[in-house]
Amino acid sequence: MAALQARIAAMQARTLGARTLPTDPAVAPLLPGGALRSGVAYAAPGSLALAMLLLAGPSAAGAWVGVVGIPEFGAEAAAELGVALDRLVLVPSPGEHWLSVTAQLAEVLPVVLVRPPARGASPSETARLASRLRQRDATLLVAGEWSGAEATLTATGGSWAGIGTGWGYLAARELDVVTTVREVRTRHRVRIETGFRPFVPAAPAAPVRPRPVAVPAMEAAE
Amino acid sequence: MTGTTGTMTERCLVLWCPDWPVRAAAAEADLDPAAPLALVEHGVVHACSAAARAAGVQRGLKVREAQSRCASLTVLPLEPAVDARRFEPVLAALEAGIPTVQVVRPGLVVIRAAGPARFFGGEESAAGEALHLLAEAGVPDARAGVADGPFTAEQAARATDAGRTIRVVPAGASADFLAPLPVSVLGMPALVGLLARLGVRTLGAFAALPEASVRDRFGPEGEAAHRVAAGLDPRRVVARVVPADRDRRQAFEPPLERIDQIAFGLKRTAEAFLEALAGDLLVCTALTVELVPERGAPHRRTWLHPRSFTPLDVIDRVRWQLAAAELAAPVAEVVLHPEAVDEAAHHEQGLWGGGPGERIHHALSRVQSLLGHEAVLTAQPSGGRLAADRTVLAPWGEQRTPPRPPGAPWPGRLPGFVPTAVLGDRPPVVVQDPAGRDVAVDDRDAISGPPALLVAPGRPATRIEGWAGPWPLEERWWDPAAAVRLHRMQVACADGSAWLLARDATGWWAEARYD
Repeated sequence: MAALQARIAAMQARTLGARTLPTDPAVAPLLPGGALRSGVAYAAPGSLALAMLLLAGPSAAGAWVGVVGIPEFGAEAAAELGVALDRLVLVPSPGEHWLSVTAQLAEVLPVVLVRPPARGASPSETARLASRLRQRDATLLVAGEWSGAEATLTATGGSWAGIGTGWGYLAARELDVVTTVREVRTRHRVRIETGFRPFVPAAPAAPVRPRPVAVPAMEAAE
Repeated sequence: MTGTTGTMTERCLVLWCPDWPVRAAAAEADLDPAAPLALVEHGVVHACSAAARAAGVQRGLKVREAQSRCASLTVLPLEPAVDARRFEPVLAALEAGIPTVQVVRPGLVVIRAAGPARFFGGEESAAGEALHLLAEAGVPDARAGVADGPFTAEQAARATDAGRTIRVVPAGASADFLAPLPVSVLGMPALVGLLARLGVRTLGAFAALPEASVRDRFGPEGEAAHRVAAGLDPRRVVARVVPADRDRRQAFEPPLERIDQIAFGLKRTAEAFLEALAGDLLVCTALTVELVPERGAPHRRTWLHPRSFTPLDVIDRVRWQLAAAELAAPVAEVVLHPEAVDEAAHHEQGLWGGGPGERIHHALSRVQSLLGHEAVLTAQPSGGRLAADRTVLAPWGEQRTPPRPPGAPWPGRLPGFVPTAVLGDRPPVVVQDPAGRDVAVDDRDAISGPPALLVAPGRPATRIEGWAGPWPLEERWWDPAAAVRLHRMQVACADGSAWLLARDATGWWAEARYD
C-alpha cells in the first residue's frame, strides 16, 4: 500500500514539468513529491546510509552515480543498500577542486553525491552549480548543509537493534530523519534490517545476505 | 605446374635441420654436438644426437634403458624455449636471403617455392642457396626438400642423406613419392594404430581407399589425412610477419627536470608515435612509458586505456608517472612502447557518437588529468574479513582482479550491517569501563571490563549502550609482513552512532563506522 502511494506521489510530482528519478521506496516518503527530482540539490547531513539509500534508487534503475569527497565511503555497504558498483565512480579526495570536479561529473552523471569541505561553498559558487544542474538535469546530493537545497533530510539520531551488552550484533537500525522543506519540518523514521538470522536453526546453510530492507518511513509525531 | 593457380597444392621448399633440439641444447651447455647426447622429458628420451642413435638410443626410450645402451650418454633436459631462442638468429640469416619464411617448429621451416625458384633459376638451385645460407648461419648439415604441399616437401627433406642433401619431387609426382612410406609419418597415433590393424601399412594403400569410405569411417580428420597421403596437402604457406619496432624515443639534451617541460617536449613524439600506428590502421590500448634519468635505474610503468590512447592521453600518463616516480636525477630520455595494439576499425566512433559511455569516459578522463590517475576510482567487491579488505579500488580505465575471491565464505567476517564508513587511517580511540579504566583483552580473548565510554577523535565522549564481542581475528600468521592479529568489537553509543572497533598491540582504533 505504502509503495503504491509512493508511486502515485511520484507521478503527481510531474506537474511542474520536473522529471523525477526512480527512488527507493524506503526514502520516497521523506522527499517532497515522493521522489527525487532531477535538476535540483538535496542535502542529507548526518547519515551516510541515508545518502546511500538516496543513491540506490537511480543506480538500481541503471543510472551512473558519482561520489565526491568522501574517502571513507563504504562501497560494500552501498552495494548492499542497492547501489550498482559497476556504475559507481569515486573521487575520494578532490581537495580544493571539489566544486569543479562535482560540476564536471554532473555534466555526465545523473546523480552525484558530494561532501563539501568544512568551509563550504560561497553563494555564487552554489548558484553556478545550481544552474549547471538545471541545464544538465542532474541531481546533486550533499552529505552536509547546502543552501538552496530542495529539501534537507537531517538524520537526527536513531537506535540499534540486535546488540546487547556483550552479546548479539548490529542487526537492525531505526533512523530518525527530519525533512526540512522551506522551513517546514516533518519527522520520519526509517527502519533498515539486514534480514540476517544466524541463530535460527532452520536457516539455510549458505549465509544468504539479502539487501537491507528499509520499511517505508512512517510519520512520527512532532 | 609452377604456380598456385588452378591447383590445390602449391610448391613448397622445406628446410630441415636434423636433431635441432640436440644441437641447440649442446650449444647452450657448451658441449660437442657430435658426442652422444639425449634430451629427456618426463624421464623419457625425446631427442638424441647421431652418435647416441648409432649406439642404440632412440626416441621414447626410458632414461635408464638409454644409459645402459650407451654408457657415455650425456642427458640434458628438453627446453623448448632454448630451441626457439637458438633458432632465431638462424632464421634471421635465412630471411636476409629469402623472405617469407613460415616456421613449423624450431629446426623446420617451409617456404613457398615459386618466388625463390624464379629468382635463383630453378627449384634445385633455390634449395641449394637456402642450404648455403643455413650453413653460413652455423647449420652445415641442413637438408632441403621441394614438392607439392608442405607435408610432401617435409617427407622429401627427410628422405635425403648426408651425400645428397636436396631432394626435389617433381610437380604431380607426390602421390608416387609418398606411396611406399609407412602410415606412421602422418603423425596421428590413433589413426595410424587403427590403419595398422586394418592392414593398411603404407600411405599408398591408405590413399587408395575410396574417399567417401574414409570420411564415413574416420571423420573429417581422417579425410584430411587421406588427402595428405594422396599428395593433395591443401595447407598453404603463411609467412611469418616480423613485428615492426614501434617504440619511440625522445632524448632530452640537456636532461630536463620540470614535468611541464618534459610534457611539452614530448608532444611531437607522442603524436608521431600514434600516427605511425595509425598508418598501419592500429591503435594503442596499453602503453609502457620508460623514464630514463641521467643517473640511476630507469622507471617503467604500463598504463592501460579502456579505449585507445590519444596524444593527450599519452602526455597525461607521462605526467602522472613523472609525478609519482620521484626520480633522483633529471630525465634524459623517455621511451614510449606500445604494450598492446588493436585494429583501428574496432575503435572507430559511430556516426552519431559513442553513446553515454563515451561521454562519461571523457569527463572522467578530464578529472583524471586535473587530479591524477589514482584520483578517480571504481570499486569492486573483494573477499576478506576486515572492512577495508572487502572492496578493491582501481583507477578509472584499469581492470583490477580482486586479490581475494569475493564469493568464498570468509569465516570470521562480521554478520549483520556492513559499515557505511570505512576508516582507512585507523584513528585511535579510547574505550573505558565504568570505573574509568582502559578496557583490555587478555590472552584468552576475555575482556577486562564492560566497555562504557568511547572517546573518538574530533567527537565528544559518548556512553556505550550496547556492545558485542570481542571477536578474535588472526590472519596469515605464517607471513610476518601480512599477519593480522586483533580483536574486534561492535559498539552502539548513546548519541546514535555505532562503531566497529579493533584492538591490536597498538591499542584500540576505529576500523569503521555505521553512519
